[in-house]
Amino acid sequence: MDGSAPLPRRRFLNWFLGTSVGALMAAIIYPIARFASPPRIPEATTNQVEAGDVSDAAFAQKGFKIIRFGAEPVILLKAAEGEYRAFSATCTHLDCIVGFQKDRSRIFCNCHGGAYDLNGRNVSGPPPRPLVPYKVNLVAKGSEPAKIVVSKA
Amino acid sequence: MLARARSWLDDRLGLSTIAEFASHKTVPVHRYSVFYYLGGMTLFFFLVQVCTGVLLMLYYRPSANEAFESVEFIMTVVPFGWLIRSIHSWSANLMVFFAVAHMVSVFFMKAYRAPRELTWASGALLLFLIMGFGFSGYLLPWNQLAFFATKVGTDIAGAVPFVGEWMVRFLRGGDRVSGGTLSRFYGWHVALLPAITTVILVVHLALVQVKGMSTPKVCDEEAKRRPPMKFFPHFALRDLSGWIFALGVLAALAALFPWELGEKADLFAPAYENIRPEWYFVFMFQTLKLVPGGEIFGLEYEAIPIMLFGAAGLLLVLIPFLDRGAQRTGRRSKKGWTLGGVAALLFALGMTCWGYASLLPLYVVLISGLLLSLLAFITRGSRNPEGR
Repeated sequence: MDGSAPLPRRRFLNWFLGTSVGALMAAIIYPIARFASPPRIPEATTNQVEAGDVSDAAFAQKGFKIIRFGAEPVILLKAAEGEYRAFSATCTHLDCIVGFQKDRSRIFCNCHGGAYDLNGRNVSGPPPRPLVPYKVNLVAKGSEPAKIVVSKA
Repeated sequence: MLARARSWLDDRLGLSTIAEFASHKTVPVHRYSVFYYLGGMTLFFFLVQVCTGVLLMLYYRPSANEAFESVEFIMTVVPFGWLIRSIHSWSANLMVFFAVAHMVSVFFMKAYRAPRELTWASGALLLFLIMGFGFSGYLLPWNQLAFFATKVGTDIAGAVPFVGEWMVRFLRGGDRVSGGTLSRFYGWHVALLPAITTVILVVHLALVQVKGMSTPKVCDEEAKRRPPMKFFPHFALRDLSGWIFALGVLAALAALFPWELGEKADLFAPAYENIRPEWYFVFMFQTLKLVPGGEIFGLEYEAIPIMLFGAAGLLLVLIPFLDRGAQRTGRRSKKGWTLGGVAALLFALGMTCWGYASLLPLYVVLISGLLLSLLAFITRGSRNPEGR
């Protein structure tokens, strides 16, 4: 034996075993990582919801209500007589659900004290962005109280 | 007969080797020896958590439709259910409290200096695991606090650059906090975290056994003068009396101040007023409240404190490797790390008081410090049971 021959073979075997172990690990870890990452489930897109009518007691008491816009919470508030506005109720800071302070006429998040004005603009506290606005339509039918229809802006 | 059984087991398990090792284990005796009991106390509350947790699993149901009702069932129908759940909640909080107290005392005694760096690092990891238990645990009752705390807590992960969005979805099991989140958190709370904790805890305890307890530099002389205490039985028995006392306190707290359940989570209701996380998260919560909205180089301001807290956590683990002067004594010792520790504690305490708009947290810390000092004072010259 001339001494140099066994070395390449050993190196080859080491390389071969090393990559095999690596491939084995990858073959185990990849499916686990994919399994643990939640799959994206397409949600039914909601473009418009009917949110009751203007006679809802919630407006008289608190001046607002949270409605279900698909899976999204949307805040519907009475800005003035006959004027309703809707915004995404998800605080742009850290995902809490905002409420409405009637006496101070501002949208407020109790989690970290973020405040928005009646146009959804972030005016004080930690929120980095304004609330996403939604379109509000009042549909009057005869003498019945007008229905509120909220749709994507 | 008994002797034969014993020798049979000894041949197979090597009991006498373990007993031999244990009989040699000693604990240094000096005026700060009382701090050696804090770790054991944390361990006690951990064991209580395991026992009560296993019991709660008999009735708890991890789904959005049943979780709240099942906890209500535990509290109102199951015999002693209120007690078991209250103990689980109280013990969880006391475990965090003692883990922090243990860490603070170890930090200021610089017990992390060589050769105990890994004991410290494993302990810091255990603290994070305990906080993980706390965070995943308080989603489980599926009440309003649980819902919003989890929304905020998981959304915070979104501040991590590049992988943030993936992490939020991973933690939530989807885009939103929902029943899917509850399943995940339950799995982590009762299986994954306990498994990891058990491994690290065994390493931590083994390191304490192998390396022994550290004597603070200022007590070197005193510890040389006074004979050490045998771990078995003297220290262990003292530990045990502490545990029995702690069990009494725990039962009293659970009975007199049962843990509230609150209202069931409503995914379409605003967060209630004065909503606040558990006390050990309040200093971070208050900091987040104070940071105004805005952006700098495409980075939202809120991400800055979040990343700083992450960096502080990493720093905590690495302290023994960074504090190069920990071995020095007397005039050559450097006070930088100690002062940094004091500053960090004052920051956390100040923010907690601010978050509660109350000085109660300060009083709790002062009273605990006073009690410990009193204990240290009473036992300062206690004679070794060996009789010297």
